[in-house]
Amino acid sequence: MSRKPYVRAVRRTWWLRQPRYVVYMIRELTSLFIGLYSAWLVIGLVRLGQGRTAWEAFLAATSSPPAVLFQLVCLAFAAYHSITWFAVTPKAMPLRIKDEPLSGKIIVGGHYAAWAFVSLLVLIAAGV
Amino acid sequence: MARSNKPVLWLPFAAGGLVAALIMPVLILITGLLVPLGVLDLPYERMAAVAHNPIGKLILFGILALPAWHAAHRLRMTAHDLGLGSGLGVKATCYGSAVLVIVAAAAALLAV
Repeated sequence: MSRKPYVRAVRRTWWLRQPRYVVYMIRELTSLFIGLYSAWLVIGLVRLGQGRTAWEAFLAATSSPPAVLFQLVCLAFAAYHSITWFAVTPKAMPLRIKDEPLSGKIIVGGHYAAWAFVSLLVLIAAGV
Repeated sequence: MARSNKPVLWLPFAAGGLVAALIMPVLILITGLLVPLGVLDLPYERMAAVAHNPIGKLILFGILALPAWHAAHRLRMTAHDLGLGSGLGVKATCYGSAVLVIVAAAAALLAV
């Protein structure tokens, strides 16, 4: 890496110029909601460690209308993250079997199958 | 092929992206919809038992820490894309908040 890298001036609104740049930015911003929801889960874990009363207070907090609204937004971004993440897996992680490249459809499909399996497992573990 | 010189940063980033993609939607569905609607109740005893179990602790830590790191790393790159630069302030904000979340998760899991 050079010591004085050249930083080209960019307009902060460059991504509004084209619809596909906007889509790119939405895809990258999914990470903000992934991070925020992780923090919410950690709060839940901390509350769990504080005992029954604190845990029940957390369950009440996560059921409050603002928290539900926040989590529905997170859900939309998280699902979009899953879809876009799986879509690039053939490029990020190309697989070969006996020197033959594995079809991208199989790699993506495998991820969707894993998504369904993990979701089902978690729902069963949670007592559905 | 060029080698990445930052495997320490991006390996957990990639793992976090996968973990988040596989498990976050269903977790949000549970805490944000099924519990509020009263479909599920997540009783204290069962949740505490998961957090007490060593394997449960490890799984919970992975579910919490990897996506948090993923988010921090990706937000840092996005901040750069938005012309916010890649200086110390951006790095400290992104990785700092992830480290805070990860340390809080580890501390809570060790204390339970």
